[in-house]
Amino acid sequence: MEQPLTKHIVPGKSLSLKEYEQTGGYAAVRKAVKNASPQDVQQIVKDSGLKGRGGAGFSTGMKWSFVPMDDSARHPKYLICNADEMEPGTFKDRLLLEGNPHQLIEGMILAAYAIKADISYVFLRWAYRKAATLMQKSIEEAYAAGYLGKNILGTGWNLEMHLHTGVGRYICGEETALLNALEGKRATPRSKPPFPQVSGLYGKPTIVNNVETLCCLPHIINNGAVWFKGLSVSEDSGTKLYGVSGKVKRPGVWELPLGTTMREIIEDHAGGMVDGYKLKGVLPGGASTDFLTEEHLDIKMDYISVAAAGSRLGTGTMIVMDDATCPVGFVHNLQHFFAQESCGWCTPCREGLPWVERILLGLEKGSGSNEDIDLLLMHTQYLGPGNTYCALAPGAMEPLQSALKYFKEDFIKHIEKHECPYTG
Amino acid sequence: MHETKYITGKKQADHLKEMDIIREHIAHNAPLSEKEKHEIDHEVSLVPFKKAAVIEALKIVQKYRRWVSDESVEAVAQYLEMSAAEVDSVATFYNLIYRKPVGKHVILLCDSISCYVMGYGKIYQALQKQLNVQFGQTTKDNVFTLLPNVCLGCCDHAPAMMIDEDLYEDVKEDQLLEILKKYSQ
Repeated sequence: MEQPLTKHIVPGKSLSLKEYEQTGGYAAVRKAVKNASPQDVQQIVKDSGLKGRGGAGFSTGMKWSFVPMDDSARHPKYLICNADEMEPGTFKDRLLLEGNPHQLIEGMILAAYAIKADISYVFLRWAYRKAATLMQKSIEEAYAAGYLGKNILGTGWNLEMHLHTGVGRYICGEETALLNALEGKRATPRSKPPFPQVSGLYGKPTIVNNVETLCCLPHIINNGAVWFKGLSVSEDSGTKLYGVSGKVKRPGVWELPLGTTMREIIEDHAGGMVDGYKLKGVLPGGASTDFLTEEHLDIKMDYISVAAAGSRLGTGTMIVMDDATCPVGFVHNLQHFFAQESCGWCTPCREGLPWVERILLGLEKGSGSNEDIDLLLMHTQYLGPGNTYCALAPGAMEPLQSALKYFKEDFIKHIEKHECPYTG
Repeated sequence: MHETKYITGKKQADHLKEMDIIREHIAHNAPLSEKEKHEIDHEVSLVPFKKAAVIEALKIVQKYRRWVSDESVEAVAQYLEMSAAEVDSVATFYNLIYRKPVGKHVILLCDSISCYVMGYGKIYQALQKQLNVQFGQTTKDNVFTLLPNVCLGCCDHAPAMMIDEDLYEDVKEDQLLEILKKYSQ
């Protein structure tokens, strides 16, 4: 089994420039900038079938293809790495940022080359202090080695790279909100169109890609699209960093072929449930994905299969809910998070999420009624896709609507008993 | 095309190190110091127009003053040629810009889903008991401010918290006393 993104990562250590080069690092940049055109790089990435690993799962090559490439394109163009990993239950990018920062820098250089970018940013969340230090050091090493700056590897192409650390707020991970944050504004999402590819940071063409997505690029350039497709065990290409948290024996993160089953990840890699606990539900890819249950354990964890089962692969980091954890309390925790992190820009999200949170708190405390369930169901419609600027509220509704579907009995019990049956 | 200046490696490393260790204190209502101005100027040099550096400016001010007072908002606004309301709208948006005084050390306890499942509630209870504060409050001796924080991105080691720049994973109630002691001196 190949693990291109993580095979050189040793827990607790970080690869220096020299160590990274010894593993074949920066060969892809040399190959691309000297022997391939930006269009060639775009084509190979498109052919590889790489999909964005940040949660949305959009084709990376396709995303890039909307950037104006002719001579009339406005400059500077920007390439931004979204390292604002803040989806609850998600801890995969941290491994890549801390373990092999140069792999990310190389991926960013390749993406920047593919869209002829002039300036790049790593948008890193504040809490990743170790990653901040390591990324800063690595960016400096890359400048000193001539992979960044003016006239990269003698080709005449210039690329600047900056590290930007945020000051909190989940919404900064939404790509247009991230752009506003980088411009020094409140991180409210922007209305689309125009899309960032045409009018992004400071109104210039911009691409925002996730850390893991960018880390795939050196390997695709080195080994080709066909190789990348062959890494998976499904129709989707490549490997995926899968994570498991909750009451499992060995919580952690592993790079596995895309399409590995949920059962294999939870039972083999995470060691199954802690003794005495049973699996009740799983959020397959972070807080804003629909619940799946035990009956779904054999589905393949890829974009297509998880969607077919009624959820989303999201970030691929699973949160396991055990049978001793109250589903109403669990969903209340999620909605508290989403209500708090709503940027307040559009009404359904700003007003609806706190309402949902209050209803759930009432249910959890035993003061709920049957009408509350109808109200919650109504919200899953009103806050669903198409009513808001960004995906925060629709994402928040995913675990709620599926909890109402799979754990309805638990909601009813709270109403009938006037208390939480898990703590009461 | 705006000019982006690259500072040399050494300088940047020094700057980052400084960010981490600086505890030199400037009064919350003092005018911007030369040092603060110098650092804000540097950030302004990296962006196409002054206003775009406002978040960085607020970070710099907070680094020296621990929090951002009304006077600091006013000072930053004047320096960057913005209205105070505009600066404040940014300052109040981001949860890690503190618009109220905080203690010498800030405890960020993760209250998101994986830590919820793994029992952050017990850690919160223990912290409340030991420090005699709730979320959003500062201890009487001004040493600790306790704040909830969203997912810290180490869910395989839940429950987790940060104190200043230090991350604590797999936190157990009986370790808290010892952890807090390190910061109490």
